Amino acid sequence: MTLTLGHFLSLGAMLFALAVIGIFLNRKNLIILLMAIELMLLSVNMNFVAFSHYLGDMHGQVFVFFILTVAAAESAIGLALLVLLFRNKSSINVDELNTLKG
Amino acid sequence: MDVKTGLFYLFSAVLLFAAFRVITARNPVYAALYLVLAFFQAAAVWLLLRAEFLAISLVLVYVGAVMVLFLFVVMMLDINIDSIRQGFWRHFPLAAAVGVFIALEMAAVLMGGFRVSEEPKAPAVLGQAAAQVSNTKELGKLLYTQYLYPLEIAAAILLVAMVAAIALTLRQRKDSKYVNPADQVRVKKRDRLQVVKLAPTRAAAEEAVSATVTVEKKA
Repeated sequence: MTLTLGHFLSLGAMLFALAVIGIFLNRKNLIILLMAIELMLLSVNMNFVAFSHYLGDMHGQVFVFFILTVAAAESAIGLALLVLLFRNKSSINVDELNTLKG
Repeated sequence: MDVKTGLFYLFSAVLLFAAFRVITARNPVYAALYLVLAFFQAAAVWLLLRAEFLAISLVLVYVGAVMVLFLFVVMMLDINIDSIRQGFWRHFPLAAAVGVFIALEMAAVLMGGFRVSEEPKAPAVLGQAAAQVSNTKELGKLLYTQYLYPLEIAAAILLVAMVAAIALTLRQRKDSKYVNPADQVRVKKRDRLQVVKLAPTRAAAEEAVSATVTVEKKA
């Protein structure tokens, strides 16, 4: 039994589903929410690399490279916002972020 | 079942276990460490897919930079874990239902479409054996020719992200004393030294003398 494209795509799908479950479970903890988003990006990257390998096309890996760049920028800004939030509210509970609610 | 398949199942099992622990860990520090493990396993799976450059850069960028950032932030914040864990398992049925639904949906599509997949094709490089193709070299060729402008945009995005992160979190203290080096360098002699002309001797003031005379007269 050799590895097929379906194996890797299924792995990516399971990883994505786990990340979605994580977002549902940790609705109060902003840090774990950011980590679940990182897991989602990882599963998407897994799909890109798998397709790139099985279709013999390097452009998929170039796209993964750019996704990595944007994900690094996103997590840096997200964590900066998190620190700022904790400084002002002394809490990272998502439920308390209702200042802008009319 | 050959060695590669066995390795794939091993890495996948550890990866899924680590991802599960990330979303259920009680302490955010443990969650961050399990996420590190998950990234390592994903890098190993990518090595199986012959994407060496991306596997190494995943380890370097994510484990080396992003996860260290996460750990620093987790340790900087003083989080009350108990209040955050409130109602954790209350959402579990809904979350499990949505998760299983997504997994089944994707599996239905993927298994139907990609079960009978042919052997992986080597990257189309003329006149070279597939084993001699360097992944990093091919990626570099693409990045620096066809994707040159996107690469520079990516660099600009990283720069903007760095500036934004620093500008958001920079906090100036009101009570700190500091010297401005530019002012120090630009200072002239007349800003620091003032030459005052004074006569070597001075006559005693008239008013003071007459005041003492009146005081003596009253006595």
